[in-house]
Amino acid sequence: MTTIESGTLTGRNLHLSFGTNHVLRGIDLHVDQGTTASVIGPSGSGKSTLLRVLNRLIEPDQGDILLDGRSVLKDNPDELRRRIGMVFQQFNLFPHKTVLDNVSLALRKLRKMSADEAREKALAQLDLVGLKHKADVRPGNLSGGQQQRVAIARALAMDPEVMFFDEATSALDPELVKGVLALMADLASAGMTMVVVTHEMGFSRNVSDTVTFMDGGVVVETGPPAAIFDDPRTPRLKSFLSDVL
Amino acid sequence: MDALEQLGKTFFDWEAMAAVLPDLLTVGLPNTLMLALASGIIGTVVGMLLAIMGISRNRVFRWIARIYTDIFRGLPAVVIILLIGLGLGPILRQITGSTSPYPLGILALSLIASAYIGEIFRSGIQSVEKGQLEASRALGFSYSASMQLVVVPQGVRRVLPALVNQFISLIKESSLVYFIGLVASERELFRVGNDAASNTGNLSPLIAAGLFYLCLTIPLTHLVNFIDNRLRVGKKQKPEPDELAARIGEGAKA
Repeated sequence: MTTIESGTLTGRNLHLSFGTNHVLRGIDLHVDQGTTASVIGPSGSGKSTLLRVLNRLIEPDQGDILLDGRSVLKDNPDELRRRIGMVFQQFNLFPHKTVLDNVSLALRKLRKMSADEAREKALAQLDLVGLKHKADVRPGNLSGGQQQRVAIARALAMDPEVMFFDEATSALDPELVKGVLALMADLASAGMTMVVVTHEMGFSRNVSDTVTFMDGGVVVETGPPAAIFDDPRTPRLKSFLSDVL
Repeated sequence: MDALEQLGKTFFDWEAMAAVLPDLLTVGLPNTLMLALASGIIGTVVGMLLAIMGISRNRVFRWIARIYTDIFRGLPAVVIILLIGLGLGPILRQITGSTSPYPLGILALSLIASAYIGEIFRSGIQSVEKGQLEASRALGFSYSASMQLVVVPQGVRRVLPALVNQFISLIKESSLVYFIGLVASERELFRVGNDAASNTGNLSPLIAAGLFYLCLTIPLTHLVNFIDNRLRVGKKQKPEPDELAARIGEGAKA
């Protein structure tokens, strides 16, 4: 793994509404370079939306986003997203392209690598997730766990400064979850800056450096895992934890 | 037996069929193919444009596509062919000096085809899951690059059967071009068969023309079924058990 030298991410007072539905109500989130922040909370609390606002797939109505201390709201959003890798619940691999092409497409088209360079880099990424031998098959012929690992390789191939995981294991069969979580844990220990929206409380407690609990579009509590899981302060977090643990 | 013989003579007079065969082969077939292919290609290009306009974020584009589609899909083909052929014929003659209605026939067929093909493409593109666009945007592709590389190719693949069906329709509808009056060398299959039928007072030449149509359309119908089946089932390949799940991630530690 190459060590990543940048990637401190800050969201400040982020607001977003869909019509009258106020989805994010002033979110603050800070992730230091090389650390993993997990975001937990009930369904509909705005966790996944927060990720999409942080990489500007959805533009916030209000607030600021800083990468390495510099506001990125005025940047070209396409260029911002090349610096932030994202992994989705439903994998979202491109089914009409081979595994190799899924990983190398952005390298060729956006990083302007030659076909050979892109291929080599993509194969190296696939090797890291243990799927080099599947380079020439279509995603539809892979298991869910394998597809998600390809999706992780696809995001990593762009050498992102930050990685977002949006409930990356929620759509997987239980026996496939472990492999993907192990890969994410390896990434975290290799020094990748990560924001992980998850329902996997074990992962959140053991791997992340900070845990943020969201409910109703606000951050209710945030802190190190021990504080959140062993010493919850607010009734909302207490009741959430008693529901999920 | 007389009635049976009469029927045989009317529809299957081999001599009358043999007599029309050279014209069907050298005049009718190339012209039918030319009309169908040219309007098929133009219709596909314009149809794609209409589809993209139809899903555009720009309301004006959407409206133009909507109105165009409603008109050219809503009118009988023969009405469009007559209006274009007879209406624009004199203008075309003034500008180019050409008296041939042939290009206008292609134009009319293209207008009709593009309206249908536009709707086919649009439905295909809109059937692609939102997550595909999102994943592509998340990688850093622009909206138009995402559409071009990820969304449209998948949408088109899904509607290939409907597209081939549209080509089958075009082959058949090209026969309507005879309404605008073609010179002898421009006659397509139907017109060649129909002329021979009128001259001989026997329908067998028309049957012969019909057989030519079937030779073109039946293989296409089977192509549709083949594509449809392949798209639904795919090349069968069983996913392997996730044998590597246990040991993946080891590489990342290095």
